[in-house]
Amino acid sequence: MAISRSDVEYVAKLCRLAFNEKELERLSGELARILEYVEKLKELDVTRVEPSLYGLDGSASLREDEPGHDTLSREDVMKAAPEEEKGHFKVPGVL
Amino acid sequence: MGVCDVSLHELSSMLAERKLSPREILEAYLSRIRTCDASLRSYITLNEAECEKLVQERAQGLGESAGSGAGRLANIPIAVKDNICTKGLRTTCASGILRNYVPPYDAAAVGRLRDRGCLLIGKTNMDEFGMGSSTENSFFGPTRNPWDLSRVPGGSSGGSAVAVAAGMAAAALGSDTGGSVRQPAALCGVVGYKPTYGVISRRGLVAFASSLDQIGVIAKNVRDAAIVAEVVSGWDAGDSSSARREPVRVEFGSDWSRRSQDTGQGSVSGRGRNGARAKLPVFKVGVPWGFFTAGLDPDVLDVTRGVMSKLEKEGWAFEEIDLPHADYSIAAYYLVADAEASSNLARYDGVRYGEREGDATDLLDMYVQTRTAGLGTEVKRRIMLGTYALSAGYYDAYYLRAQKARTLIRLDYEEAFQKVDFVLTPTSPTPAFRLGEKLEDPLAMYLSDVFTVGVNLARLPAISIPSGFSRGGLPIGLQLIGQAFEDEKLLGAAHLFEEIVDLGVRTPEAVRNLLPSEGRQS
Repeated sequence: MAISRSDVEYVAKLCRLAFNEKELERLSGELARILEYVEKLKELDVTRVEPSLYGLDGSASLREDEPGHDTLSREDVMKAAPEEEKGHFKVPGVL
Repeated sequence: MGVCDVSLHELSSMLAERKLSPREILEAYLSRIRTCDASLRSYITLNEAECEKLVQERAQGLGESAGSGAGRLANIPIAVKDNICTKGLRTTCASGILRNYVPPYDAAAVGRLRDRGCLLIGKTNMDEFGMGSSTENSFFGPTRNPWDLSRVPGGSSGGSAVAVAAGMAAAALGSDTGGSVRQPAALCGVVGYKPTYGVISRRGLVAFASSLDQIGVIAKNVRDAAIVAEVVSGWDAGDSSSARREPVRVEFGSDWSRRSQDTGQGSVSGRGRNGARAKLPVFKVGVPWGFFTAGLDPDVLDVTRGVMSKLEKEGWAFEEIDLPHADYSIAAYYLVADAEASSNLARYDGVRYGEREGDATDLLDMYVQTRTAGLGTEVKRRIMLGTYALSAGYYDAYYLRAQKARTLIRLDYEEAFQKVDFVLTPTSPTPAFRLGEKLEDPLAMYLSDVFTVGVNLARLPAISIPSGFSRGGLPIGLQLIGQAFEDEKLLGAAHLFEEIVDLGVRTPEAVRNLLPSEGRQS
């Protein structure tokens, strides 16, 4: 399955990444080579094989659904925010 | 031998017997770092001020005590990979996007180290977000191999491996998604232990590929690694994938293997106190020769054969095993890891933490500008591959098929463990390669993980043990792989392996050259 230049541009959009001409060219080649390599998985007969989607016990353990476990203070969390206003994360306009 | 070159357990005894003060230890390590790290560059951030403060408080009897009840890690300088969160101490993941990020909480493993009175001496360099095998993909520049400054230390936990190898930390935490603890340990001549998935909490380990990521320990020897592992392992309610098990605990020199599953492999006891050799446990080890493909360095092969013959003389038995799907592990690994990474790294969007880049007036542009400027080349490549593998129309062909291959790889190991106690492989197909050698060829770099990624896919415990040197004097490590949750048996066997191979303690040449002349070194 070859990856086309327009595929790469489309995926970049999904990733919220921008690339210039030269980078796109290079990335298309690199991704094509990696995808060609992983093609070897096609040789495997995986009918009736369960995917390894869960951990060793087959499930995740969940904590009690109660608030208050190790909750960080708003002040501590906001310290890391690039832009903040009145205790909220501030972002550029959405529309 | 200087303070920085003795093992963690000896250092701990010297502290307990008051042959050394915490201040002397800290000074010695900081002095070693000042001497060597300008050349090696293993640390991104040093935690000097906090360590000084702790040592001072303890000397004055303020705050927590200097060790009584705090255990063997009290006042021991430990380095932490820079993708493991440390409250109040910058945690960058070696990424531009997190270059100023200061976490508001400690990772579970870090909290446990602090509780035991450790000195968190600094945060170590790595490949950005753990993506790489050479520590060259770092926003802060590459780390160098202490055995040869023109070579890479391996990765992604290269900074942690170098800090330990060069005596700049008594032990270190790393993380291992596809070999990132074991491979740099092998390339730097130290021990790298990756526990069974779930044994050490991932809370506070910045996620790369959540179903593969596991915190591991890098140390000078197996015993030291086990001492650190005992403190940081065990169930944590804050990580849903944490295993509900007791901490890993190994009693060396006594009856450690009675604690693990009975292997029927002979009787067990330690070395007698009088030094006479009591009967030691022996193991049956599977070697997947068919998987040692072209590309295996002849020196690595020689060391493997040499170690096997030493172990055979002590009664260990080797048999060839088949891992028919091992050849698919790199392909499955990169699809699973990158798919999970593409999802995990979506959080770096310039809103809640990390840098915001550019001057966008609209939200979507802000995301694009932030991520484009803040993330490195390899990280972007992986996000692209992972997103593609998960995108509509390709999910079944790539991601789902890779997860099925993963099951087959795990079943291969399960079958092997019907017959053998452990599986042995080289940790890396070659000794340390040169800086830049594989940087332009992502696939060649990926292939250097051929012996390690299957272990993560199967969620097994494994340890890289220094086993010899190449003709050029570079360290070579072998990997012992155990059954899931038999970490204690693995560590116990690795300890015996280490004793039998008996490489002794060696200071890397580049470090010796950097140190002041004999006698004055710390």
